[in-house]
Amino acid sequence: MAAPPAVAIRATRLGVVLGGRWVLQDLGFTVPAGRVTGLLGPSDGGKTTVMRCIVGVQELAAGDVEVLGAPAGTPRLRRQVGYTTQSAAVYGDLTVRANARYFAALYGLGAPAADRAVGEVGLTAFRDRRVDTLSGGQRARASLACALVARPRVLVLDEPTVGLDPLLRHELWAHFHALAAAGTTLLVSSHVMDEAARCDRLLVLRDGRLLLDDTPSGFRIRTGADDLDEAFLRLVCPGGPRATADPA
Amino acid sequence: MTGLLDVPVTLATAGRVLAQLRADRRTVAMLLVVPSALLAVTKQALDSRTLFDQVGLSLVGIFPLTTMFLVTSVAMLRERTSGTLERLLTTPMTKLDLLLGYGLAFSVAATAQTLVVVAIAYGLLGLQTPGSRAFVVAVALLSALLGTSLGLLASAFATSEFQAVQFLPAVILPRTLLGGLFVSREALPDWLHALSDLMPLSYAIEALQEVGRRSIITVTLLHDLAVLVGVTLVALVAAAASLRRRTPSA
Repeated sequence: MAAPPAVAIRATRLGVVLGGRWVLQDLGFTVPAGRVTGLLGPSDGGKTTVMRCIVGVQELAAGDVEVLGAPAGTPRLRRQVGYTTQSAAVYGDLTVRANARYFAALYGLGAPAADRAVGEVGLTAFRDRRVDTLSGGQRARASLACALVARPRVLVLDEPTVGLDPLLRHELWAHFHALAAAGTTLLVSSHVMDEAARCDRLLVLRDGRLLLDDTPSGFRIRTGADDLDEAFLRLVCPGGPRATADPA
Repeated sequence: MTGLLDVPVTLATAGRVLAQLRADRRTVAMLLVVPSALLAVTKQALDSRTLFDQVGLSLVGIFPLTTMFLVTSVAMLRERTSGTLERLLTTPMTKLDLLLGYGLAFSVAATAQTLVVVAIAYGLLGLQTPGSRAFVVAVALLSALLGTSLGLLASAFATSEFQAVQFLPAVILPRTLLGGLFVSREALPDWLHALSDLMPLSYAIEALQEVGRRSIITVTLLHDLAVLVGVTLVALVAAAASLRRRTPSA
């Protein structure tokens, strides 16, 4: 086995209060550099808040978060950390290319970087279309292109594959692994279990607490389940699915 | 590397905001046509040359403030609600880059609007002033900049487009009522006069009326221009302070 990879992100006793409620509590985890780490868990479990802490737009109530050896949100990290929000945060009234070029300009980069990023997400044929005329999946990819323009060392992607068909999802995951192979650290949130299997490492959150930090196979072994769907259910509601309030 | 301002980023932002504005043809048409149309209606309604020279001139200062306030506050609010603002704040862009980018973009729009309305006021509607047209354009532009920076500030206090639009009657209309357009400021009761002194639009209107009265540059005119610039800068700094990179944990 190779030497354990360096740590790109480290959270220590992280706590966040929103609306008077602890939405993250006593959270500690590490994200290995140059790997794809999945952030999983039921909705409202705190996945987005964890990501917002890492990219430096959420104040912490307790603990700390370090990214590439510096406190999250440090100005120099803004050039090294790329972020996509859950809903595609791009300008609907501009073309795909205009969006990518604008984000490239924010990093002091020119049109070639923007066009390359648009190509990487497979939108070259749509580059002159206004984003609000695209499908949901295409909009998500336009948003991803804007995060890729600056070739960040750390990519934080909040549910980047929602609404994509299986083929596109497959292509994007292949792309994530290619980026990781080139040294990029990826933290990808998802609630689709077949995507968990594609991660090098898994973090599972529920109610703002860490339930698991393991590899996908370790996850299955630990819960004694054959597939990840089952493992997830056993982990999140040990009493069985009926123990949850929501009918699935 | 993390200075207050990065000029290429500010310019890219101004270009992006203008591209968004250009994509909305109907808004561009309304920005350019509505003030001149209203001025033409005012001219017909007043039916008196001297009165139009006064009221029409004041309107040339009120239009850019009103329209730029509205357009800016809604544009900035859209930036907040669409998630792009949060995203921008994770990039190397500074808050000043963003605000000045907006200011620059809407100054370009305001210049176009002002040139059209001034050309029509003097050329078609027969507006006459002893003072220079260049001063009228300058005051109108400062008033547009003021509207933009007030709009950027106002957007921090609105959480929906409905609220942002309500700032127009709440913030701008009182200024118009007390700014000397309907009632001369000297005729106002003391407390309203004091209130009017606190409203920057009063100074834009006063400046325009100075241009309408005298052909020379007066101390009053320079004082009014300085107040407009000062309030614009204060509103811009306040808008920057209201932009928070981090959601507070509470």
